[in-house]
Amino acid sequence: MEPLNTVDLSAVKLTIKLATLTTILLLFIGTPIAWWLARTKSRLKGLIGALVALPLVLPPTVLGFYMLVVMGPQGPIGQLTQALGVGLLPFTFPGLLVGSVFYSMPFVVQPVQNAFEAIGERPLEAAATLRAGPWDTFFSIVVPLARPGFLTGAILGFAHTVGEFGIVLMIGGNIPGKTRVVSVQIYDHVEAMEYAQAHWLAGGMVLFAFLVMLSLYTFNGSSNRRMS
Amino acid sequence: MSKENIHAVFSLALSGFSLDVKLDLPGHGVTALFGHSGSGKTTVLRCVAGLIQAPGGFLSVNGEVWQDDEQGVFLSPHQRSLGYVFQEASLFAHLTVRKNLEYGQKRVPEKSRKVGFEQALELLGIESLLARRPEYLSGGERQRVAIARALLTSPKLLLLDEPLAALDQKRKNEILPYLERLHDELSIPLLYVSHSLDEVAQLADYLVLLDHGQMIASGPLQETLVRLDLPGAFTEDAGVVVETIVGAHEEADALTRLDFSGGLIYVALRPESVGCRLRCRIHARDVSLTLERPAATSILNVVPATVIGTAEAEPPAHVLVHLDAGGTPLLARITRRSRDRLGITGGLAVWAQIKAVSLLG
Repeated sequence: MEPLNTVDLSAVKLTIKLATLTTILLLFIGTPIAWWLARTKSRLKGLIGALVALPLVLPPTVLGFYMLVVMGPQGPIGQLTQALGVGLLPFTFPGLLVGSVFYSMPFVVQPVQNAFEAIGERPLEAAATLRAGPWDTFFSIVVPLARPGFLTGAILGFAHTVGEFGIVLMIGGNIPGKTRVVSVQIYDHVEAMEYAQAHWLAGGMVLFAFLVMLSLYTFNGSSNRRMS
Repeated sequence: MSKENIHAVFSLALSGFSLDVKLDLPGHGVTALFGHSGSGKTTVLRCVAGLIQAPGGFLSVNGEVWQDDEQGVFLSPHQRSLGYVFQEASLFAHLTVRKNLEYGQKRVPEKSRKVGFEQALELLGIESLLARRPEYLSGGERQRVAIARALLTSPKLLLLDEPLAALDQKRKNEILPYLERLHDELSIPLLYVSHSLDEVAQLADYLVLLDHGQMIASGPLQETLVRLDLPGAFTEDAGVVVETIVGAHEEADALTRLDFSGGLIYVALRPESVGCRLRCRIHARDVSLTLERPAATSILNVVPATVIGTAEAEPPAHVLVHLDAGGTPLLARITRRSRDRLGITGGLAVWAQIKAVSLLG
């Protein structure tokens, strides 16, 4: 028996594509949010921080349900996307991507925010007195010093997207090649009593998750030693 | 607004602290901002750097206006031609010493670079550290690199915020000579924040005393140190700085003779050669007075002086006496009872017995 059939393989490919795009988007969207959260003295900090962290505690089905409503034909985002001529997002890959970005946001924002906070005020001030403007300082000082935070955020964001299930089911449904990712595929195999097929995918996920955590702990361990 | 000075007006009200100063400082040499912690000296320095904007403030440095809020002028720190050395190491941890040094230098247009890379290395004695990362440097080495890094931007003003405060005495002694060399070899004005009178006495030409966010005195170092009208907080450690020249070495007794305008003093044998300039500090508590030249005394250094005036000191048993020794000001701290018994008052000729001299540098 083939370990993975074509449907399985397409689910794996889709999962990797979704996780990669989600991670890239989150690095672009999450970095300014993390910077703002790390630097602001605004009273809105708590509010925004809590909103970003919400997916950590909400059941994915709840988040997925509300996103479905908001992106649906009657929801504000649904009306907007229709007006823009892109149609409706639910049950499409872009819709899944939007859902993943929200769902994995805290896993990217928080490590990056912590890294920004750990840098402190002093290196930024030192750079300013050495003629570096704000953007120059950000790219020449902040980004390199926060590298461990970016790496941790990227790894966690990627891995967490790979592992999502509830939100995919709510927003994406279960359309082969479009929204059927590995976690959903495993569910289908189990439903159909195809335990051998389920094992191949599930075992692969366990291995993947373990390698991610191993690399994270090894990497953070060595960078912590270097810092101290 | 002259071209040869630093003019600053800052006022700030923060919770539990307010700053209100108007400073007119020389545009060359070393100016010390001296005061106890909480006196606002670091805040003044941060305002000068533009790291804090004091609303309604004004700052011009040798003719260049860096802040004039009335005209809506406020240059960001990176637009000001200044160097800043922070109290604790502020080197970039991800860069080697060489990259740290180049960071500021390469951001300055080539034609404005006046301090050469080699010159800065040599001046601070850091030639051998270039390939290292900051984490592998000692505290003293880090501060020397930080000073060199600031110098390499060829600043028009160098700001030093207690650069030695985080170091132990040994490391301080390691850096002080380099700071003296900056003073002697570069024509960059320095603003030096310190709460150590010893450092100030060693380095400064001009002194600004700050207390609770107010300027309480400012003027040339020697003149300001002998002012009798300053609050007790400063007279506790009162003393003067005397500029001397090494006159001779008397090896038989292991002594060095230092000449100054008021006479000569002997100190334990010094390494400096004859003719070198040497600053020393004489604490008021180490000076006692006699009306006649003491004939039989173990005190080696006795110089004639004239009383300029006296002032109350803390504790109330004491008074401070301002003396003039051939043009060099001296301070003596004696008891009130001695003052009355000897009839010490302005114009009287006395002998000052100097029990101890601390040499700076």
